This record gives sequence, structure tokens and C-alpha cells, in this order.
Amino acid sequence: MTSIAPQEIAALVRPGRVHRRVYTDPAIFDLEMERIFGSAWIYVGHESQVKNPGDFLATRIGPKPLLLVRDAGGELQLLHNQCAHRGSLVVASAAGHTSEFRCCYHGWTYHLDGRLKAAPLLQDYPAHFDPKDPDGGMRRVPRLASYRGFVFGSLAADGPSLPDYLGYMTTSFDDMVDRAPEDELEAAGGVFKHGYKGNWKLYLENLCDAAHPLFTHQSSIDAASQQSDQVHSDGSGEIAIRQMRQNGAPHSFWEANVGIWTYPNGHSFLGDYHDDAKLVTALNDPVFRDYIAAMEAKRGKEQTRKILEVRRWNSNVYPNLSFMSQFGQLRVVHPVAVNETVVHTYCFRLRGAPARMFENAISFANVVNGTGSLVLTDDLEIYNRIGMGLVSAGPEWLEIGRGYQGDSSDEHGGRRGRNSTSEIYIRNMFDAWLGFMAGEDKPARRRAAGAATLAEMTQ
Amino acid sequence: MNAAAPEASRLTPGEASPPSMQQPVALDVSQCEQFLIHEARLLDEARFDEWLALFTPDAWYWVPVEPGQASPRDTISLMYDDRRLLETRVRRLASPRIYSQEPRSRTSRIVANVTIEQSANDACIVRSKFQLLEYRRETQRIFGGTSLHRLVRGTNGIRIAWKRVDLVNCDAPHEGLLVPF
Repeated sequence: MTSIAPQEIAALVRPGRVHRRVYTDPAIFDLEMERIFGSAWIYVGHESQVKNPGDFLATRIGPKPLLLVRDAGGELQLLHNQCAHRGSLVVASAAGHTSEFRCCYHGWTYHLDGRLKAAPLLQDYPAHFDPKDPDGGMRRVPRLASYRGFVFGSLAADGPSLPDYLGYMTTSFDDMVDRAPEDELEAAGGVFKHGYKGNWKLYLENLCDAAHPLFTHQSSIDAASQQSDQVHSDGSGEIAIRQMRQNGAPHSFWEANVGIWTYPNGHSFLGDYHDDAKLVTALNDPVFRDYIAAMEAKRGKEQTRKILEVRRWNSNVYPNLSFMSQFGQLRVVHPVAVNETVVHTYCFRLRGAPARMFENAISFANVVNGTGSLVLTDDLEIYNRIGMGLVSAGPEWLEIGRGYQGDSSDEHGGRRGRNSTSEIYIRNMFDAWLGFMAGEDKPARRRAAGAATLAEMTQ
Repeated sequence: MNAAAPEASRLTPGEASPPSMQQPVALDVSQCEQFLIHEARLLDEARFDEWLALFTPDAWYWVPVEPGQASPRDTISLMYDDRRLLETRVRRLASPRIYSQEPRSRTSRIVANVTIEQSANDACIVRSKFQLLEYRRETQRIFGGTSLHRLVRGTNGIRIAWKRVDLVNCDAPHEGLLVPF
């Protein structure tokens, strides 16, 4: 087990600065897997991916391979994907349907809830072997909980409940689900998997970064700005090009019109971003009109108006989940090694919405989350370059202080940046990081969420 | 072949080419092969404007993310460009600010196993195999798979009405995909 003194870890984060070692040291990475991914609530899948008894989905927490299963009684189970006999991975498929799990090595079988069902040649085992021992099956992850269809697991037996851990961020999940006229989402449309040679933390640190598009995405902003609208489009390119042009909004737009909010445990969201009239489809667009009609039929005019006036962009749930409601997008960051990361991205269909709405979500996913996208490829380049740059002998301390003096409290127990170009959400994630990583004072640290660095600054 | 097309109507032969007074002439496999080799060469030599000029005004270009993917509309794609987005993609490749192409990729392609799957009047659907080496920043990647082209003969020569590229490892985790297949 890795051991780094709590004081040594705490010394890596200063007010408005973080030491580059947090992105490069394999020992820190191991400790993160143990203390963050080994205890926080980690997103493991959506209930629509395991709808019926017998459905299973291969998933993971950090490097640990897991199975999310709907058992025979309809309950969700989260199992370590390891045979109790000789340790083999039991299920090698990404997803499927089965009545039992059977190891291909010696034929041990397991019930859908992980209990051992049968083991051949059972009579030859010594007396201490008890096939009824609950620990002798495919072991369950200690805690599993879902919030409105989004399923999380925790490798720690104790800790805050999922609603307590998410706190005010539950409203971002509400925003996502409420947009479905039938109050239900369905994961659909495939999975993007993209990789980069950089640290896992860089990904979420970029997703609420409103100051980078003008620079990083200049090639796609320019190319889209110069594109003639007279050229043939089947509708998909039109959405992509509108999004790329929007990335070219000047910094004054981000400072004047967009906000950033952060909450305990490292969570955050960008708010007041694109409104539906600007981006999704103009309000007079027939598809969007049909959608609003479907919403009003189910939820009434007033409720529909309230739901659609929520204009959050990316919501980040620490340590590795980011999603946005307008186009039903969700990304999960999987750490592989200190300098290697894989990200899986998903789309969600709104039950009861016109089919064309989902086609728009697909077009949006291709341009924003696609491995061959004109936008994301430049973000991946940045993560790779940070991975390469951090091993140089340049400055050891990285700046995360932009907007520092403008941080203020919000009415839901969080803190907001003065405007969306503030790096408050990165500072907030490092407060959570310290809480998980630095040992004994961690509950206090977690509660502090942003206040810690501010307090230190005034000392 | 319907699985290759977002809209069945796009398969109507000759749709994208202007009406000709002459009797249409079918493309033979040798002409198709020569065309595909020419296309691969344009891409390898980063002559992306000339590559774009091979496409019809309402063409689409598609690299699915799933094996045997039926549609680019209800499922994501590694690349799915209508003509408008394809133009934007190609224009971006020429940008001095395309950081994900600094340094530039170098590629080398082999096109082979060319067969004509469907042919009618002055258009056909051509199937071919490719292998592509991409070198960038001390790393070499290998891609391979199957291409389907719908080729039409118009007044300006052979044009691509649509192109679908199925990578063998379409559903693997990839770093960014920049150079068109």
C-alpha cells in the first residue's frame, strides 16, 4: 500500500496553485485510486442499460472491473467481475442478458446477485470451504444507489449517502430527466471511447473552462465561421457548425452572460449558457414546437416553462462524471495510469420526445464528444501536451487562481465564481481532492468546498 | 446495401449528376480502382481541397462507430459529415491553428480487393479494402477496414456521392482522428 504522509499531500495544494506532481507521480495516482475511487460515489451506469432481470453491463470503478446486473427479483446488483475460485474475469462481454454467470475456467456458476450457485467437484474441497459463504461468490460492491436512473457505486462500506454526496447537484440530474416528457431517459446511440496520454483530472478541469475555446478551438471556429450556409446540409452539419461558431463567443460574452457554480465534494456546473433559441433549435423550429407540445401535454404549460428555462451547460460530479441536459450527453472519465486516461461518452433519448430531437443529440455528440470531431480533437491534443509538458523542468506550481478574489457564497451552500472564466471549479475539485487524500480532516475538508482555500488566503 | 445509406433515396442512380444527352456508360472495376488509388493519393499527399472536389454537391462521408451500424442518425459516428460539414472539416485541416495537427500526420494507404457491388446506368457502389499507416509525433498507428463508395459518372468525370468507411477497430478507444480515411 502506498504511503505518503498527509502533510506531504496537503503541501501539494496552495491557495490558487497546485503542484504538478499531482498529475505526474504514480504514487499519487495509486493513492487516488485507493482514497478517491476507493471511497467516493462513482457513476457505474444508467438503469435503462439493465432494464430487465438478467440484463448486465460491464462497468468499472477506477481500474476495477465490475458488473451492473438486474437480478431475478428486479433489484440492481454491482458485482466484482472476478471468479471466487481462481480469480478469472467471469464475464468478458460488454453487455448482455443471462440467467446465471458461469466462469469458463472450471465452470463455477453464480446467481445474478453474485451468490455461488454451483461448483463442480464440490466434494473434493476441504472442510473450511463453505459454498454458502456470502463472501465466497462474486463479491458485491459494498454500496449501490441510484438517483433518478443514474446508478452509482461506492467501494467503501461507510460514507455519506448518495443524495448527501451529490447535494445540490441533484438538481442537474433533475434538469436532465425533467426534460423527458415521460419523465424517463434511455441511454442509446452508442459509446464514444477516446484516450489520451495525460492525467484523469485534466478532463473535468477542462469541461467548465470557458476561457479556452477561443484559443484551443480556433481552427474549428474559423472553419465554421467561413462556411457558407448555402451548401447542402441534411441538418446534422448545421447543428455542428452552429456549435463551433458559438465556441467563438468573445471572452466578454463569458464574463457577462455565463456563470459558474461550485458545491461541496468537488461538484460544479456552468450556468446561463446557450438558450434553446440560440442553439438547440430555434423556438419556431417545428421539431422543437412538437417537443414543447409533448412536454405541455404531459406536464402543463407552467411546469414546462420552468423546466426549459434551466440553462445549465456541463455539470461535473466529482471525481469523474460530466453531463449536460440540453443534448442529453454524459461522459465518464476512466483513469488508467497516472499519464493515461480513457473517456466514455453516452447519449440519452428523452422518452416521449419527437425522434428528431434525438437525431439532434447525435449530431451534437459527434461534434462535441466525437473521437473524430472537429472540436474534441483539439482538447485531446491539450491533454496530451499537458502530459508531455509537465515532465519538463518548468514551473513546479501550476496556476488555478483566476477569478480568486471574486468567489462568493451562493444560497444553496456552494460558492460561485464572479463569472464563468473563473477557475473556482478547479480549486473546488482540489479542495475535495485534499479531503479525500489528506487523511484525518477529510470530512471537514469536504464540507468546506472552496472555503478552505479562501480561508487560507486570508491568513 | 441499404445499411450503407442514411436515406434510401440517396441511392437513386444519377441523382447527383446533371442529365446527360449521351447514353450513360457503366463504370468498370478497373476505372473504379484507378479512381480509388487516385483518391488515396490525394489524402496521403494532404491535398484535401482536391479530395473534397471529388465529392458531389450533396455528398456525405461516414465512419461508423459500431460494426455493421445501420444509421448515422440514431447512433453516433466517428465521423459523419454532410457536404456542409465536410467542407468545414477540410477547411479546418488547412488552418495554421489546428493544434491537433501540429506536427502534421503523415499517412500511407494501400487500397485493394476492389469489387463492384451494385451497378446501374452511370453509377455504382464499389467495395474496397484499405490499410492505412499514420505517423505523428513519434507514434505510428495502423488502421484498416472496408470502404464503400457510391461513384457516379458526371460531365466532370467520376464523383463520390457517398463514402462509408468501416474500421476494423471502430469501437476501440482511440486518440483523436484527424486525417480522413
